[in-house]
Parts: sequence; C-alpha cells; structure tokens
Amino acid sequence: MRSWRTHLPGPRADALLPQARLAGPMPWVIAIMVTLTVIAVAGGLALSNIVQQARSDLAGGLTVQIVNADPVGRARDAESARRALVTDPAVRSVRAIPQAEIEALLEPWLGDHVGEQGVPVPAMIDVRLNRDASPEQLAHLRASLAPIAPSARIDAQSSWLRPVFSAIVSLRLAALLLVILLAASGAAAVVLAVRSALGANRDTIEIVHLLGGNDRQIARLFQRSVGVDALLGGLAGLALGSGAVLLLGRRFGELQSGLVSGGGLSLSDWIVIASVPLIGLALALVTARVTVLRGLGRVL
Amino acid sequence: MTGASDIVTFDNVGLRYGSEREVLSNVSFTLYPGSFYFLTGASGAGKTSLLRLLYLAQRPSRGAIRMFGEDIITMPRARLPGFRRRLGVVFQDFRLIPHLSAYDNVALPLRISGVAESEISKPVADMLEWVGLTHRAEARPASLSGGEQQRVAIARAVIGRPELLVADEPTGNVDPDMALKLLRLFEALNRLGTTIVVATHDVHLLRKVPDSLIMRLDRGTLSDPTGALRYPPRPAPSEEAGA
Repeated sequence: MRSWRTHLPGPRADALLPQARLAGPMPWVIAIMVTLTVIAVAGGLALSNIVQQARSDLAGGLTVQIVNADPVGRARDAESARRALVTDPAVRSVRAIPQAEIEALLEPWLGDHVGEQGVPVPAMIDVRLNRDASPEQLAHLRASLAPIAPSARIDAQSSWLRPVFSAIVSLRLAALLLVILLAASGAAAVVLAVRSALGANRDTIEIVHLLGGNDRQIARLFQRSVGVDALLGGLAGLALGSGAVLLLGRRFGELQSGLVSGGGLSLSDWIVIASVPLIGLALALVTARVTVLRGLGRVL
Repeated sequence: MTGASDIVTFDNVGLRYGSEREVLSNVSFTLYPGSFYFLTGASGAGKTSLLRLLYLAQRPSRGAIRMFGEDIITMPRARLPGFRRRLGVVFQDFRLIPHLSAYDNVALPLRISGVAESEISKPVADMLEWVGLTHRAEARPASLSGGEQQRVAIARAVIGRPELLVADEPTGNVDPDMALKLLRLFEALNRLGTTIVVATHDVHLLRKVPDSLIMRLDRGTLSDPTGALRYPPRPAPSEEAGA
C-alpha cells in the first residue's frame, strides 16, 4: 500500500502553483514589515537597556543635601552626617562631594565661582547603600541624621528619574504595540495574497482534489510558496532594518548623554533582532496554512 | 443494501442545481466489480451530472450513494480524498493543468498518492508511450492537439490503476483508430479488474465491447435496456451459486 503523505513529493510539485516571485508584491511587503519590526524591536530593547542601566546605577544611591545658609553650620552638619553615615551598617560607601565639583555642576546655570558670589550652595554627600533604597531605609537614615545634622535632606536618586523611567516604559510599550500591529499587518497581507492565489489557482486546486489530493497537500504547496517569499523578504528586511538601527545607534552615541549611552544593544539583543525574520516566516507559514485550510473547507 | 463485492450503489438519487428542476431523478443502480458499462443518452440527459456524482465532485440532493462499501453521503469530507484515489477520471474537457507538461500531468496522480519520484518516471514513460505521446512528454497542453490532450487525460486517469474508471466522452476528440486503441486500453484495464463506466453518445462504440452493459439516461431518468442495472441489486455470483 502506498504511503499517505501530506505533501506532494519532488521539486516538480512546486510547479503546480505558477509563481511570479519577486515580480509579485509579497516579498516586498514582507521586507517592509520586517524592516519596521526590526527598528521597533531594536528601539524597545534599547529603551529596556536604558531603564535597566539607569536603575542599576541609581538603585542604591542616595543624595544627602545639607541646606544651611551659614557656611560654618553647613560644614559642621556635613561632617556630622558623613561620620554617622560611615558607621551605618546599611551604607556601603560615602563620598562628600567637593565644593569645586558642585560648583562645576552648577556652572551652566549660575556661572563661575558661585561660592565666591555669596550664593548659599548646599553641601552634598553621595551615599551608596548595600541594597536598593527602600522607603523604610530612607526613613531610618532621616531619623538617625535629624538630631546630629538638622539641615540634612535625604533623597533617593532613583526618585528624580521616576518620571523619565515612566516615560521610557510607555515608549517601550508603544514599541511592543507597534510590533504586534506590524505582525498583524503582515499576517493580513499573507491572508490577502493567499486568498488571491486560491482564486487564481481554483481550477488547478479542483483537479488536485478530484485526483485525490487532500487539503493539507494543497496547503503545503501554498506554504512552500509563501515560505520562500517570506524568507527572501525577511532577509532583505533584516538587512535594511539592521542598517537603520546601526545608523541610529551611531547618531545617539554622538549625543554622549549618560542616559542614552546605556541604550546600546548587546549580543543577545542582536540575536533577538535576527530572529525577527524567522518569527515572521513562522507567522507567514501558519497564516498561509490556516487561510488555505479554511478556504478549502468550503468546497467538496 | 450494498453487497460486499459492489463497487457503487445509487439508491433513489436525485440531483438539482439550486432551485432548478432535478437533472437526475430517482436514479438507482449497482455497479459490479470488473464490469464494463456504457452510459448513453442525448446531450443534456444528465450523463455528466451522473458522472460527477460517481467521481465525487458533487453530493446528491437526495437519495443514498454507497461506494466501496461505505456511505458517501454521510462520509466526512476529510475521507473523500482516499476514495478519489481509488478512482480514475477522464473529464470531458480533459482538465489538464495548463502550466504543467504532459509528463507532469500524467505523473500527478502518482505524486498525489505519495509515490517516490524515482518510481514515477518509468510508469509515466510507459503510459505516454502507450498513448503514443513519448515525443510530446515535455509539451504543455496548449501546444497539444485536442486528440493529444485527450490521450494525456486518459493516461493520467489510468496510471494509478484505479478500481473504478469513469470516462466522459473519452473518444470524442480522437480519430477512429485512436478511439479503438483507447477502447482496447479500457478493456485491458477491465480485464485486470477495473470497473469501467464510459459516457458516450457514439452508438457505434457500444458494439465494439461485446460484454459491455448499457445504462441509458433520458431527461434525468435512468433506463436499463440490457437489464444490467436491476435494482435491488442482483445477488453476487457466489451468492447465486450458494442459493
């Protein structure tokens, strides 16, 4: 008894569906979709990296400001606070930020030699904790500094960037939504192309059916055809998209911004990006199969 | 209803397209294995409609059809391909795939059945040689004459050694010599056990196969001039002997 295969064997079986590959729009549509998806995925990954990098930098960071207009009292409070912090078991490191460094930070807004102009600039202490700065940790430190340095104010560094993080998370979600929409658009393009091909090859399909061909065999023919289109389009889209990502990365790198520099792509990120055309190929194959089987289910 | 040895049984089958009147009415008959049937009737009598039911391109509007011992009417659609592979069909309009060569058209049933490519070339070449088209193996149907297309269609129908061969006007486009040759091919297949149903309006053809049985359609109603289609079905030969 002959085997009951689910595909038509041999390279000549491909000829059952006449192709106008590359002359047709499918590979180009898929190339555009994959290009946009690669850019969106790379953008999403870069934003994730920015958030992750910034969070790890700032997670255990505190800034203690000594807000006292009297320079003598300010120096006294700063020293008392520094000593108390050094002995606290929750603190990993303490660095009193030199006055010159603080003035350099303020220079763009207040000009040179801020201290000499009589502007009361707070003393600052950069504190690194052993763990993330929790609200309880902050309350404990505030309570321990209050009696010895009443002018001390303590802030978690991460809280300053909370609105930025929140905006970046929104952008990341937007990138994810964009990827989903692009996948849906790509699938819709495959559905339309397959339906059109089903109509154009109706006579051939009917003959294959009447000669004993089953729906899965016919679906495999369409899958082969769509698969080649999706692979060619996907590779072209990956090349275009990767080029665009590299170009954008270089542009952002030139900004030399501390925050943006954390958005570089790692090897694992590039592996994820390289998988976009493969995922697109799988999506196209599944979509083609479902479309063909549903279309053929309506005929005898 | 159907004996184990029956190939096909129609029981009060009716067929209508849309809301038109029935093109086939109360058609009942049994086809026995190894028999040779001619289906005759004027144009529009319903021959092609009856053949469409036989080669499972159509379900009837009413009645019952059993094929190879199974009820075709209630059979799930997914099982039909397995039954179609046991049939050979010569379509009136040939229905060759236009972008495939004569070779690939003839090879198609074998490929559909999953025969390995290495086992396809010899039977296809033999079949093309038998119908006299070896030299046209790579020709597309559009470049073949009507007679050549018909021979390719016949080669495609018989290459899988079907249990039931259904042919709609298979000699309509060939010269008398080729028509006789094709008829001899059908007879040879018939001797190997294939049940043959040939629809034709050529009365001369009927005399060329002496042991053939005749089914006559007249405006959708089947008559039985040779008494071959008695219904309920006559007992199989072994049952007759045992009675």
